[in-house]
Amino acid sequence: MMKKPNNMMLQTLARLIILVVLSFSIYLMLAGHNSPGGGFIGGLMTASAILILYLSFGLNPIKKVIRFDYIKIIGIGLLLPGITGLVSIFFGFSYLKQFFGYFHIPLIGEVELTTALPFDLGVYFVVLASALTIILTIAEDDK
Amino acid sequence: MNNIIILPVIIPFIIGAILILLYKRHSMQRVISGITMFVLLALSVFLAIYVYQHGTIVLEVGDWKAPFGIVIVADLFSTLMLLLSTLVGTVCLFFAFQTVSQDREKQFFYPLYLFLMIGVNGSFLTGDLFNLFVFFEVMLISSYGLIVHGGTGYQLRESFKYVIINIFASALFIVGIAWVYSITGTMNMAHMAQRVSELDQTGALNIVAIIFFIVFACKGALFPLYFWLPRSYYGPPAAIAALFGGLLTKVGIYAIIRTFTLIFNHDVSFTHKGLIVTIAGFTMLLGVLGAVSQFDFKRILSYHIISQVGYMVMGLGIFTPLAVAGAIYYIAHHMIVKTALFLFAGATQKITGTTDLKKMGGLLGTHPWLAWLFFITAISLAGIPPLSGFFSKFPIILAGFEEQQYVISAVALLVGLLTLFSMMKIFSYAFWGKQKHTEEQAKIPVGKLLLPILPLVALTIILGFAAEPIFTYSMEVAEEIMNPTNYIESVLKE
Repeated sequence: MMKKPNNMMLQTLARLIILVVLSFSIYLMLAGHNSPGGGFIGGLMTASAILILYLSFGLNPIKKVIRFDYIKIIGIGLLLPGITGLVSIFFGFSYLKQFFGYFHIPLIGEVELTTALPFDLGVYFVVLASALTIILTIAEDDK
Repeated sequence: MNNIIILPVIIPFIIGAILILLYKRHSMQRVISGITMFVLLALSVFLAIYVYQHGTIVLEVGDWKAPFGIVIVADLFSTLMLLLSTLVGTVCLFFAFQTVSQDREKQFFYPLYLFLMIGVNGSFLTGDLFNLFVFFEVMLISSYGLIVHGGTGYQLRESFKYVIINIFASALFIVGIAWVYSITGTMNMAHMAQRVSELDQTGALNIVAIIFFIVFACKGALFPLYFWLPRSYYGPPAAIAALFGGLLTKVGIYAIIRTFTLIFNHDVSFTHKGLIVTIAGFTMLLGVLGAVSQFDFKRILSYHIISQVGYMVMGLGIFTPLAVAGAIYYIAHHMIVKTALFLFAGATQKITGTTDLKKMGGLLGTHPWLAWLFFITAISLAGIPPLSGFFSKFPIILAGFEEQQYVISAVALLVGLLTLFSMMKIFSYAFWGKQKHTEEQAKIPVGKLLLPILPLVALTIILGFAAEPIFTYSMEVAEEIMNPTNYIESVLKE
């Protein structure tokens, strides 16, 4: 085991960088269904933001903070698109038929809501969780 | 109503996702996946009957109209393949319950199993070439997971080759898709069939046809691209080897038959009677020679997959309704019998602890049920008359003689003889002779293991004795796929 290095620079910067990366990744995910972006790229970017946390603060401290079981997030992410597709069957349409509409939400204003969004959210979860699972598995391997 | 044909893909998808959520609870995973496979089996039986009575069902996914969106098509051929795949999947899963170790179960065995079923079922049902590629990938990625499952050194080494050859084939598949798209401007298989017939299948289209043939030949283990198969199927546990042996190569064969009866059927003398028949002959002969030279239970069976895939492709190559019906009958016979044989190999391995024939012997004395059930299946594979093997080889060879393809028909007869020889080799080494396993091993009960295999053995007998109605059915399937206007019209609704 290495002596603990002093990562003050990295840790201070990471706090700032993560804020930007996380918010931009969520923007990308939400923009996905009709402009550049999407669940895949958003998920990768969120994964890289969380990875910066792991890199700068170490594996175990962050594990105490983020207590999600990534494997279960993969499962949830897979369920979301499947169920989104099924919903249209119950309304008598073909599988994966998509719908959209414009809604007025207080404070935010006019918003376009689509059924592509939960589908994309599922992709986001799957990519995020599987990228982190792969990297953490490799990281824990050398013990 | 049409949504029902997407269910064989959606059910394993959703259940697989739920199983990932329950990844720590193995017994629950077993129960859920077992029920799921039974539901899928019932669903595919229903679909097969429904499509037989009411004709082809087409689903335009997301209500995007036919040549532009993705279509899911259930015709006679795809529902038959669906039925066989879920049958094999169910049987292998119940065999896996008893043979796959706890360590392996922990590593997402059941989710991967269901994801494999998504890929296989999707490949049979899709009517879109790019979608076929996607389902192939779903199937292959789960099969990579299952083939290294357990992670022994041998498995890792051999699956590496399996992964490399399949990645290469997939890359070539994309090249073919891009090329055919640049020529015909469509991905919908029915639409593509129409365009190809308008364009006259010459020049570049013939090259594309051969590229697709190479791609599918790689997955279906045809000469000379079968080298990965015997070794990579040797590594994983019996239930997985049986699933792969029964199912995966047949998906490649399905894709060959589908593309070469629907799309590339305008230059028969070159593609079918030239190329495919030649390749089929080499595949049969070299596969069976490989089997004859081996002294290992599982390896002999793996080489037999290769030689028998040759028969199916030979049926397609001769390209008369009788021959194609024979090929379809052969696929049904082969999937059932080959899965059963691999499972028998797993059962004998459980008793003797080896698959080396020279270290086995005398199983007939200690486990007569296993021995006789194996014997029935083995002679069925070799093509002894009252069983299904005979009635599947007979029309293919008969059609070969009718079409004056004497060389290939003679090769097919010879291969049948050599198949019988190598099956008898297994029987005489493993089951006859002096008992080579210990008394403790002789007491290992296999009754429970044989239970999932019983339906398969029963089916090979039924397929043999009820050959008349079943052959009529495969004749109808063959006539439908030989005459693709029905498929094209039901997809494009003209």
